[in-house]
Amino acid sequence: MTGETHRDDLTSKTGMWLFLFTEMLLFGGLFVVYSVYRFRNPVAFHLAAQELSVTIGTINTIILLTSSTMIAMSITALQTKNKKLTLFLLGITILLGLAFLVNKYFEWGGHIKEHIYPGSSILALRGQGDVLFFGLYFFMTGLHALHIIIGLIFIAIITAKIFRNKITFNNYVLLENSGLYWHLVDLIWIFLYPLFYLIT
Amino acid sequence: MENEKNHIIPYRTFLFVLAGLITLTLTSAVVTQISLGTFTVAIALIIATIKSSLVLRVFMHLKFESRMFSLAVIAVVLLIATVIIITLLDYLYR
Repeated sequence: MTGETHRDDLTSKTGMWLFLFTEMLLFGGLFVVYSVYRFRNPVAFHLAAQELSVTIGTINTIILLTSSTMIAMSITALQTKNKKLTLFLLGITILLGLAFLVNKYFEWGGHIKEHIYPGSSILALRGQGDVLFFGLYFFMTGLHALHIIIGLIFIAIITAKIFRNKITFNNYVLLENSGLYWHLVDLIWIFLYPLFYLIT
Repeated sequence: MENEKNHIIPYRTFLFVLAGLITLTLTSAVVTQISLGTFTVAIALIIATIKSSLVLRVFMHLKFESRMFSLAVIAVVLLIATVIIITLLDYLYR
């Protein structure tokens, strides 16, 4: 420590983890709601889940997993003082995040065109189970997409800081924290994917 | 004040993990298309759990951090699991 500013990376990371725990509990609460509604409306959930495209869900899962890998690798690149590769990997991370959102846009667009959205009177005619399933689907994937947007902004700021040498190989805890956030978003998707797309 | 020496994870480790994650994703997609009744749910959730532990341990560096972080994550996961189980027991036997 050269003495310019006091820095404690472990505490910084601990703070990030504490925040991630609150995020886990937020989605955990929604998983409780999902479990109860699924338990009470097994047939409606079974039929409604079949309307979601497994292909789009699987593609988006692979996009997000790859994106997570890229940001994880960018830390290795920065640690080994390869700034160019770090920026390149972060660029790919952001592009993949955007690709996920584009897919989500078309997926949601398709549902809305078929009058499937929260508050739709045509969806209401199909019964309470369908309303609950699609309500949870839009809310949980929507909240997740909001996290993707926040994560992308976070990563873009970090990328700019690396570009301007504000984050370097000996001071990269912010990059690690943005990575942790991005991995958490990935982690939540790992559970949303089977719950909505696979288990029918 | 010097922080603990930071662990550098080689690129190949990440690529291996990614290959594993994609394989598991495709496996769960294929397996759940075959109707196995209640086993489908179990298989899908077990695969999701394996995937998330890979992400937590390697991508989120839990394998290389102090044990405190892992214990805290386990505690949070157990808390959520307990709440889900207790809630479902309530609905099952009311």
